[in-house]
Amino acid sequence: MLLYLFALLTAASTAVLIFAGGLVTSTGSGLSVPDWPNTYGWFMFTFPLENWVGGIFYEHSHRLIASTVGFLILVLTFWLWRAEPRRWVRRLGFIALGAVITQGVLGGITVLWYLPDPISIAHASLAEIVFCLTTTIALVTSPGWRGRYAQHGPAPDDRILRRVATVTLAIVYVQIVVGATMRHTGAGLAIPDFPWMFGHLIPDHWDPKIAIHFAHRVGALCVTIMLLATTGHVFAYHRGRPELVRPSILLLILVSAQVTLGALTVLSHKEYVINSFHVVTGACVLVTTLVLTLRAHRARFGDAVVAAGHATGARLADGPGHSNAAAGARA
Amino acid sequence: MRIGSSILTLFVVSVALAAAACGGGSDKSATPAPAAPVTNPVDPATAGSVTGKISFMGTPPAQEPIKMSSDPRCMNPDAKTEAVMVGAGGSLQNVFVYVKDGLGNLKFPVPATPLVLDQKGCQYRPHVFGVEVGQPIEILNSDMTLHNIHAWAQTNQEFNLGQSLQGMKDTHVFTTQEVMVPFRCDVHKWMNSFVGVVAHPFFAVTGADGTFELKGLPPGTYTIEAWHEKLGTKTASVTIGAKESKDVPFTFSG
Repeated sequence: MLLYLFALLTAASTAVLIFAGGLVTSTGSGLSVPDWPNTYGWFMFTFPLENWVGGIFYEHSHRLIASTVGFLILVLTFWLWRAEPRRWVRRLGFIALGAVITQGVLGGITVLWYLPDPISIAHASLAEIVFCLTTTIALVTSPGWRGRYAQHGPAPDDRILRRVATVTLAIVYVQIVVGATMRHTGAGLAIPDFPWMFGHLIPDHWDPKIAIHFAHRVGALCVTIMLLATTGHVFAYHRGRPELVRPSILLLILVSAQVTLGALTVLSHKEYVINSFHVVTGACVLVTTLVLTLRAHRARFGDAVVAAGHATGARLADGPGHSNAAAGARA
Repeated sequence: MRIGSSILTLFVVSVALAAAACGGGSDKSATPAPAAPVTNPVDPATAGSVTGKISFMGTPPAQEPIKMSSDPRCMNPDAKTEAVMVGAGGSLQNVFVYVKDGLGNLKFPVPATPLVLDQKGCQYRPHVFGVEVGQPIEILNSDMTLHNIHAWAQTNQEFNLGQSLQGMKDTHVFTTQEVMVPFRCDVHKWMNSFVGVVAHPFFAVTGADGTFELKGLPPGTYTIEAWHEKLGTKTASVTIGAKESKDVPFTFSG
């Protein structure tokens, strides 16, 4: 339980980090600290508080939060390695650690190379992967997952739900990458009006930035349709499964908020707080879709832990792809 | 063994490509050699000048006060935006005027004296200026706070320096002509400056009266360009004879 709570804290910290990263980009502060890993020559953690001014406040805070999240993931990985009986979960910890280290290096070199678009976009896209990994670890170490959500009967084995949720998850991620591309190429206001585009349903003229912006708006429509299809399926066929209904409700709230924030970002000419909330809400849509997708796949995963084995530190090689029967036999 | 032979192949191919790129020098006579640059070519006995006034037509935007609250050490209640500064009679300040074309391959001595770009009161001083290619720029922090100096060069090498203490200095030399290179402080978003980097001494920045003078020009026909950070560019062609001075006014509209 303690491990689960720690994983949950780590995942929540990752969301805070993404918001802080959104603030850095939205305020144009990415280069306000020209050196890395130091800050104006100071060791990062000894940089005087009175110098946290202007753009430095956002950039330096982002670096400190990133260091904290990196440390939390390091502890989480070590904890999983010592205490987690499932090999694939332990591996997830190491993957998350590798991803967050890569993320830090990408953040550093994008500063040292003056924010080249491909590096900045990769930095933004990998941030979402790190968030997905910490969320997945939190989910699969939760009591609900370990108990197979059994208080409501056997976990549903719904092939359609699995497929539609997986496709939705992929589309949400692609949409976020397109959003990051739009953000880092300065295409956020390439289409300055909403809901129309230059007064039309489809832009009457084009350039690469307008195309990227247009793709993000079309992506928003696709995501909304796919989320409605996924959540609609849950409400229609799995109304009695709270582990599916709750993320579905949350998704509907989040996607409504996200579309509103996207519109407000354009209409407010990229007001930085609105813009940053748009970034982090997008990340929350992604991980909530991930939670729903993983729960839809729950029946395909092996059972987690043999109580005695856990207590003695024994490790089982179970993981995704095992049938209920096999999992039951192992349990 | 396979890796070794691959490396050897790669090496041989690279050497062959390098040799091909060097061209061997066998057909040098096919391309006419460019004329040698003439150094220090201005004869004071024949040099002329171009003068003029830059005017603004229309209602100039008001110079807005700059909010510096994000850094208490910057608080300067008198600071105002400097993007469009219009004086009496519509004279337009901070316009960079230079000879864009017409000097051919004339080569001029480069001043060794550095030009100072100061950060004072959390604003750049000067706001618009010019330097010659190869002339040093001394960047100074006169403020009690930190600044980063980010030069958004396109042709020259982009750079981003940090100056964390009052009195810090850095020197930079631009190596290629580029009009204009923006400077920006990412700590204090309102801080920006522009430098025109040219390969000759015929440039000027208009002051409060909007006038400029490009003096010491050899007789010839020139393209004169006037650049403003918000209002864009204007060009004019002018021919000057020996000891002649021509007036080339520009008008920008808002």
